[in-house]
Amino acid sequence: MERIPILKMGDFLLVTIQVDMHDQMALALQDDLTERIVRTGARGVLIDISSLEIVDSFIGRMLGVIAGMSRVLDAETVVVGMQPSVAITLVELGLALTGVRTALNVEKGMKLLRAATGLADETNHAGERE
Amino acid sequence: MKASATTEAQESLRLSDILARHETELLSQWIDEQMSASTLRRDLMKESELREQSEQFLSLLRQATRSENLKDTTRPEWEGVREFLIDLSGSRAAQGFTPSETATFIFSLRAPLTELLQRADAPPASVRAATVLLDKLGLFTFEGYQKSREAVISRQQQEMLELSTPVVRLFEGIVALPLIGTLDSARTQVVMENLLERIVETGAEIAIIDITGVPTVDTLVAQHLLKAVAAARLMGADCIISGIRPQIAQTIIHLGVDLQNVTTKANLADALRLALQKLGLTVGRKSEK
Repeated sequence: MERIPILKMGDFLLVTIQVDMHDQMALALQDDLTERIVRTGARGVLIDISSLEIVDSFIGRMLGVIAGMSRVLDAETVVVGMQPSVAITLVELGLALTGVRTALNVEKGMKLLRAATGLADETNHAGERE
Repeated sequence: MKASATTEAQESLRLSDILARHETELLSQWIDEQMSASTLRRDLMKESELREQSEQFLSLLRQATRSENLKDTTRPEWEGVREFLIDLSGSRAAQGFTPSETATFIFSLRAPLTELLQRADAPPASVRAATVLLDKLGLFTFEGYQKSREAVISRQQQEMLELSTPVVRLFEGIVALPLIGTLDSARTQVVMENLLERIVETGAEIAIIDITGVPTVDTLVAQHLLKAVAAARLMGADCIISGIRPQIAQTIIHLGVDLQNVTTKANLADALRLALQKLGLTVGRKSEK
């Protein structure tokens, strides 16, 4: 079965959804991701859904559920690059995903993750602001 | 059934025959009738134009009546007449004629035509058939008039939709959406789509929705606004609602609309200040430096 790759980048895990996700894939991702977080002790998860163009209520709920699970495992989760049409659909479905962090693109998402986890690195400017 | 079909055919033949023989006479009488009508608009239309249109209509009518069918004007033989009338009423509507002024074109033909038929010793049935026919064609002008008006209205609605939802870039990373006019579902949809698309385009982190120009806020409008805010948040942009007037603040609270999770500011300036602050930017006077 097709699986969504999970990449490790330092303390963060990167999940890039490049295809239209179906239900089985979402369930597999949920298993894989929780397992990877526990195994690697990741502090943050970034889910890029910029290529996702079609969502239904199940996939929408899964996004929220996956983000919630990661948070329970002490990994900050950020969902980035949601398409306007997807955002409108989710809102119309009543799935506002409150409690899930969001960002416009991967770059901004990484910045947010770094700020949220307090992990500084060479590109982090959070220190300068304070 | 057969008998009636034959008489009808005879009537139409007769009508087209009469029309052909007395065309010039009928035309001049008809034009006189139109010129003397109280609904004539000399300011909108020249006599030559009227003459041209009348001539064209009579020749189309003559061709159509040759088809041996006077009752059913939806048949293909009447296509030419129908199209001509729809065009005519459409152009008259655009010129500023009222519906009755437009319909006078057809209805003023009735008197000269009836007179002509009676002089030609046409049987009463045939006169009646001709009158019914003219009534039908008259109704057609009404329809054409109405259609062209409706087309204008729907085009204007579309234009208003497009004009009324500009998304402006205030600063790097800040876009604003000044809303003017009442928000309904269709408009909110357009507004929301525009806003979200611009957020993607500009990569803005903060969107300010200014509702100074929204006259009333009811539960539905508030719900629409909250939806837009939620959708923008899902994409990773923060929303600020600004321009809340005192009455609107009162209504929102009386209605029990929950705006707890949304940042609200009284005016656009405050919202911009907050947005700049969130982005870590400061704006100050040069001399104060």
